[in-house]
Amino acid sequence: MNVGIVIVSHSPLVAEGVADMVRQMVGDEVRLAWCGGDPSGGLGTSVEAIIQAIDRAWSDAGVAVLIDLGGAETNTEMAIEFIGEPRASLIAICNAPIVEGAIMAATEASGGASLAAVVATAEELSPL
Amino acid sequence: MPALTSDDFRALACAMAAAIAANAQRLTDLDSAIGDGDHGANMKRGFDAVEGELDQIAAKPLPDALKAAGMKLVMTVGGASGPLAGTFFMTLGKELPENFDRAGFVAAYEKAVDAVAARGKSHAGQKTMLDVLYPMLDVLKQGGDPEAVAARAEEAAEATIPMLATRGRASFLGERSIGHMDPGAASVALLARAVARTLTAQGGA
Repeated sequence: MNVGIVIVSHSPLVAEGVADMVRQMVGDEVRLAWCGGDPSGGLGTSVEAIIQAIDRAWSDAGVAVLIDLGGAETNTEMAIEFIGEPRASLIAICNAPIVEGAIMAATEASGGASLAAVVATAEELSPL
Repeated sequence: MPALTSDDFRALACAMAAAIAANAQRLTDLDSAIGDGDHGANMKRGFDAVEGELDQIAAKPLPDALKAAGMKLVMTVGGASGPLAGTFFMTLGKELPENFDRAGFVAAYEKAVDAVAARGKSHAGQKTMLDVLYPMLDVLKQGGDPEAVAARAEEAAEATIPMLATRGRASFLGERSIGHMDPGAASVALLARAVARTLTAQGGA
């Protein structure tokens, strides 16, 4: 089973758009989910929506999460803590640009790469 | 320090929610200047949600009530301040024994502030809420009463104005972050004042 990909943006439009671009690249070979928007539907992120997106994209090979800005990262870390072990160790946040990172990560995942390899490929895009 | 009853917890939570609601526009204005302009609305949504479930939350023993309130903030605020404020209350609840003395409270408060720093991968001096939470800790350690803690919190929030932001959305502005109060610092000072006013009115602490 391939690693799953989750896209978490402050904007649902951005998250859905990134997911569309990922789909175009990897089709249905990778489980993919996205979420965006705060609990009232404004720009922001929601811990609950992130937990649900991780559930939708779940793979026993792991899930790589692509995020945009600060709150998306903090809320995703919180979501992973709430999900707890044993699944938490199989979820990794990629320190990578959300669009390019998601496409690189998904492409790597579609070839059956491990979670560590998927994350490393996405993070090659990040300046130190 | 007399034991905090369920009614005390209720009064404190309502006072905090009221302070945030009354200042939501100001917090959003501060955040518009150096951030994404949602801090007031986000905090209000979180504290309103806590107030909305206060019957269930306040019925729990104090440590569990704090944890439940923190969890509610995490799930409803929507910005980074949700996990940060939520982590503060959840850690306070986790660390606070059911019957605590002043030293026990101060120790739990310190662990809660450290947990906020870890959650935000931040430290004092970066123009964040930590620049209010740590000065409050100093006053608590020195034996200050709630009024003294709130006064120090307000001073510390003012002192974020000339600071350069190096963490959070405001850090994207670089030097342009100078000259504005940090919204997170402002909301912590508001909450500290609301707590002090409530405790002083009750003649407690």
